[in-house]
Amino acid sequence: MMNRREFCKKTMIVAGGLIIPLSALEVFNPRRLYAEKNDKGKVRWVFLVDVHKCVGCGFCVKACKIENDVTWDANVTRTWVERYVITRDGQTLIDSPKGARDGFTSQKIDQAHAGLKDVKPEDIAKGFFVPKLCNHCDNPPCVQVCPVGATYQTQDGVVLVDRTWCIGCGYCVMGCPYGVRYFHPQLHVAEKCTLCYHRLSQGMKTACVDACPFGARRVGNIRDPEDPVTKIITTEQVNVLKEEFGTKPQVFYLGSSMEVK
Amino acid sequence: MVHGEAWTLKEFFVYPNEYIYWSIQIVMYPFMTGLVAGAFVLSSLYHVFGVKQLKDIARFSLVFSLALLPVAMMPLMLHLQQPQRGIYVMMTPHFTSAIAAFGIVFTTYGLIVASEIWFVYRQFIVETVLELRAKQQKTAVESARLFLYSLLSMGAMDLSPEALHKDERAVGILAGIGIPVACFLHGYAGFIFGSVKANALWMTPLMPVIFICSAVVSGIALCIVTYIITMEIRKLIFARKRRNNPRLPSTEELKSAEIQVVTMTAKYLVMFLVLAITLELLDLIFRTYTAVKSWDILRSVIYERDFFKIFILQYGLGNVVPFIIFLRPGLTIRRALVGTLLVLMGVFMMRWNVVIGGQAFSASFSGFMEYQLPIWPSTLELFKEGLFGALSVIITPFVLFFLVTRILPVFGIKDSH
Repeated sequence: MMNRREFCKKTMIVAGGLIIPLSALEVFNPRRLYAEKNDKGKVRWVFLVDVHKCVGCGFCVKACKIENDVTWDANVTRTWVERYVITRDGQTLIDSPKGARDGFTSQKIDQAHAGLKDVKPEDIAKGFFVPKLCNHCDNPPCVQVCPVGATYQTQDGVVLVDRTWCIGCGYCVMGCPYGVRYFHPQLHVAEKCTLCYHRLSQGMKTACVDACPFGARRVGNIRDPEDPVTKIITTEQVNVLKEEFGTKPQVFYLGSSMEVK
Repeated sequence: MVHGEAWTLKEFFVYPNEYIYWSIQIVMYPFMTGLVAGAFVLSSLYHVFGVKQLKDIARFSLVFSLALLPVAMMPLMLHLQQPQRGIYVMMTPHFTSAIAAFGIVFTTYGLIVASEIWFVYRQFIVETVLELRAKQQKTAVESARLFLYSLLSMGAMDLSPEALHKDERAVGILAGIGIPVACFLHGYAGFIFGSVKANALWMTPLMPVIFICSAVVSGIALCIVTYIITMEIRKLIFARKRRNNPRLPSTEELKSAEIQVVTMTAKYLVMFLVLAITLELLDLIFRTYTAVKSWDILRSVIYERDFFKIFILQYGLGNVVPFIIFLRPGLTIRRALVGTLLVLMGVFMMRWNVVIGGQAFSASFSGFMEYQLPIWPSTLELFKEGLFGALSVIITPFVLFFLVTRILPVFGIKDSH
């Protein structure tokens, strides 16, 4: 007859004994080891934005909203265009009404609750448009902070969200320095640019790239030295956004300016 | 409507997707966990460090810590967009995330508190079982109580001096382990914020330490407030009962015991308060002095937009005034009550200024966001992330405390420790 103390002891030994081999299965996952060892795949998607070419028409935003079923009237968007107006006295004014879904149809600059700001054309020193989207970082903070692993990065570098697993805590939204994430108005899960993964994986380009009439947006494979996008990134003066966060962003900007936030 | 749009007011340039996503419930979360951790640390001061003067409030704060424990999770559940998936944090934790540790830390802490309470109350439970068993004729309520207490005793009916001594040692050990775990539970809440590199206000390694200190402050303060209120109620009840039973302690006796406990506890409160303020000021001075890229926008948030909330409500009314109240000689119950309530308000404002203040500016550093607390719960979302949701989080621990003390009374039982 076993007494209670002995029973407890033996139960713990058995439970502990069972856990050790089970945890070994996780530690020595051969597929993962292989993947980590041979990290470099053949494809790593990157994005190139030519600031000089963007006119702020907003076709990319429209196309994205239609292609990806982003609620048309909701004040969130997977991609957007910012207008920068720098006045002669050194003031930087920025706006992006409705994410520039309908383009920039007014000269007045939308300052949200502070109203519309009118700047006389002769007071403007320079002005330009900057398209924004998820940077599909090499070191994505959103993937790091997701408590359940619902946000992940594919082998070819695209950061995606598993809508069936997201708990909606918003940690990824807070963790992104670029403000690209939001909650889906209907599904109530974290939502972001997928780099049109459904199109890329079928050999097509992203919806925004196809919609841009001026070629300001381009998508390419940085691992392919013959890719024209790779050639530009490796040979010309390109920039990334908020490099100081150590996120290693993979959206490159040609002709970006120091005022760009 | 997009989540966050209902209570966010944007000014100047804010990225299109930016809203105040972490609202009142995320203010409540560190506030409530802070109270849990603080209450536990207070009870441990007696059990581990043998601060005899805190004996009365130790049992009290331990039970209160248990009552607060499930409430620490409530704001998170109210905040989640998919609360039915909340359990995934426990089932499929992704360990690079600070939140993933929640399941482990919270469960460990819950087990420690529950087992410590069991050891503290074992004698009482067993005595109650024996007393009820001895009765020949039992009412339905008594039978139910007997069943409940027998279940709680878990069959450990030994009341020999050796067994009781073992209980005492177990309490000491559990309380000893409990202190670092309680600090971890709360320090980790601070880490959740402190490690967000995207947020200029949050990102500081001091955040977990600041959170722990203010947690202990708020926990002690809440225990004092609840203790005072409970004692006042007891005084009234005793005054009424004394007409039939003159042997009960007089109001004066209760009062002198009460003020002694409160004065002693207040000393520890002031100690932790000094530590908390020092660290917070260090953080502020450091930011002002180094003045990195984000300082321009932080300065306008701290010194202009949130000036009233930070310097008047948090530091002024919440720290300086109670500091003066507690340090002036001859502490009275009324003054202690005012002081501790102000401290609680101050800690709450600190949480507010961190969580909401951290979202008061855009990540573009070119615009501001203002949080407008939803008052009337016209939709479920506005209830959950509004005034009434926050109020239900505040009320629940008191209801739970009342229910728990029906089973495990905190006053007037024979003490084995």
